[in-house]
Amino acid sequence: MAQPAEAIKKQSYDGVDDLVVVKNLKKYFPITGGVFSRIVGFVKAVDDVSFTIKPGETLGMVGESGCGKTTTGRVLLRLLEATEGSVEFEGKDIFSLDREDMRRVRRDMQIVFQDPYASLNPRMTVGDIIGEPLEIHRVAKGKEKDDRVRGLLETVGLRGMHARRYPHEFSGGQRQRIGVARALALNPKLIVCDEPVSALDVSIQSQVLNLLEDLQQEFDLTYLFIAHDLSVVRHISDRVAVMYLGQLVELAEQDELYENPAHPYTQALLSAIPIADPEIQRTRKRIVLEGDVPSPSNPPSGCHFRTRCQHAMPKCAEEKPPWQDIGDEHYVACWLHEE
Amino acid sequence: MSEEVLVNVENLRTFFYTEDGEVPAVDGVSFHINRGETLGVVGESGCGKSVTSLSIMRLIPDPPGKILKGSSITFEGEELLTKSDSDMRKIRGNDISMIFQEPMTSLNPVYTVGDQIMEAIELHQGLSEKEARKQAIEMLNLVGIPSPEQRIDEYPHQLSGGMRQRIMIAMALSCNPRMLIADEPTTALDVTIQAQILELMKRLKDELGMAIMLITHDLGVIAEMAERVVVMYAGKIVEEGTVFDVFADPMHPYTEGLINSIPRLDGAKGERLHVIEGVVPNPLAMPQGCYFNPRCPYAMDVCLEEQPDLIEDEGGRKVACWLHSKDRSGVA
Repeated sequence: MAQPAEAIKKQSYDGVDDLVVVKNLKKYFPITGGVFSRIVGFVKAVDDVSFTIKPGETLGMVGESGCGKTTTGRVLLRLLEATEGSVEFEGKDIFSLDREDMRRVRRDMQIVFQDPYASLNPRMTVGDIIGEPLEIHRVAKGKEKDDRVRGLLETVGLRGMHARRYPHEFSGGQRQRIGVARALALNPKLIVCDEPVSALDVSIQSQVLNLLEDLQQEFDLTYLFIAHDLSVVRHISDRVAVMYLGQLVELAEQDELYENPAHPYTQALLSAIPIADPEIQRTRKRIVLEGDVPSPSNPPSGCHFRTRCQHAMPKCAEEKPPWQDIGDEHYVACWLHEE
Repeated sequence: MSEEVLVNVENLRTFFYTEDGEVPAVDGVSFHINRGETLGVVGESGCGKSVTSLSIMRLIPDPPGKILKGSSITFEGEELLTKSDSDMRKIRGNDISMIFQEPMTSLNPVYTVGDQIMEAIELHQGLSEKEARKQAIEMLNLVGIPSPEQRIDEYPHQLSGGMRQRIMIAMALSCNPRMLIADEPTTALDVTIQAQILELMKRLKDELGMAIMLITHDLGVIAEMAERVVVMYAGKIVEEGTVFDVFADPMHPYTEGLINSIPRLDGAKGERLHVIEGVVPNPLAMPQGCYFNPRCPYAMDVCLEEQPDLIEDEGGRKVACWLHSKDRSGVA
């Protein structure tokens, strides 16, 4: 904390000013079985994932259910302990921090959850929910805290008097605003948004998305935006990472990724989303993937996607494709793009 | 043949009587579905789209729900609302089938999928167990389940979400219904699986020639599947037309807002999303006049006082909005 932010940035990985550097991150969940609950295998939820997040950007992370995107977000915040790998935040390896140091770092990294119903304690008033982080981190108390809470509520488009109400008195969209206010309370640098609009109706979804964009500008926030909806992710992200079965398959600037998807999975995913325009939608060609996502406890050898890939070659079964830059920081893990 | 009306809903009013008061979940809804056609029903949660479909199936729990007098739902010209329970049971599954959003909760976890499909076939078609099993395997094959002879003896938990939805469709189609009501059939599924199910529904519709009432909040799915679309808001139809007309030129401010508020896959970052201000009104305290007026950017004096009727224009499009009413006194 003694160092100014600029100095920390300068020492960071490879001299690049990245806010977050994730290296070879793995998270395996043990599967137990038998009478003695022995460990009989592992669910490889996150299996060797590396990426960076630049300050002030929104990195979108997409993938289907079970691909490991939520686990990645939680391990990155150390809400779950990683099995292997490292996460550097402002140049500090956060996995090596002790409790006290970690608590300090947490002020700078917050999360907004998917379910605005389950993520707010129904027995606490909105004011207590938003004020709790202020108290825990001893930022403000008493009248000062109340003022901050009122300010935060107004920032997210609610009213100060809402502080005395309980979560059940609010609609889904309003609750999500409360969740955002709580995440903002400590002036964080990074917010992990885990499917923040998935549970909301479209007209409410756009209200919350616009809010997140306004706040990013106003408070210089960096987002890791996790979602399964590719249209939403395109709208809000600067760069987008695509996950499949615990691994990253592609990462590029959002225009590049959506205009020139290089990985067969990204191509299929993009073609699968119906566009809300019948003229366009009915003339599009769709790549329909056969079958389901394989079990993460027993993923296919080599490339995880090969069992559903129309371009699969013998090599894909033998060896995991390397993560390579095919130009302008467009990364892809696919043997089709091997030099 | 294709223009023949299969289902006609006339002034449907389904209310729920709760401790807090009367909830007009569906309030004076009229529309029809032609033979072999896909009708899309769009709207946000609570707009009454699911209650409409449950009313057609006569599956509204009574109490607290009630379909009010003066409502009419006909299927091939026959009134469904006066049918006895046992007649209705024959129609469900045989003539009109339904699939739901949640493939996990709609299947019984303690029976094999085969048992559940065969039950419908035995009940409705009076086939023996052996014949029913054969037909069930055929149905599984039809909906694209690999190795159906093995899958038929599996339990729902052994199948993935996409597979379960295929089972639901197989079950719904096992008696060759003339109409399928699909209530958010792909909402719980991932996009690549959704694509599989939508392709399947299109193929089956062509092969079996059934009509589909497709209820969803996803305008993309409507754009892909539906021929005509009905837009609902707060228990009423606000707009109806062919899918091309409605998407190209939405007439009701709510439809316009809905279409503009979704981020587009082919759109750019940074462009601001259109927002429909405010929230859906509380059904216990509906606003005076047009139900959409508190959120409507074009609201006029008349909108605050009187409800607009659903009026058909020369092109066959219908809209309930004072902006499009030539005679603002409310008489079309």
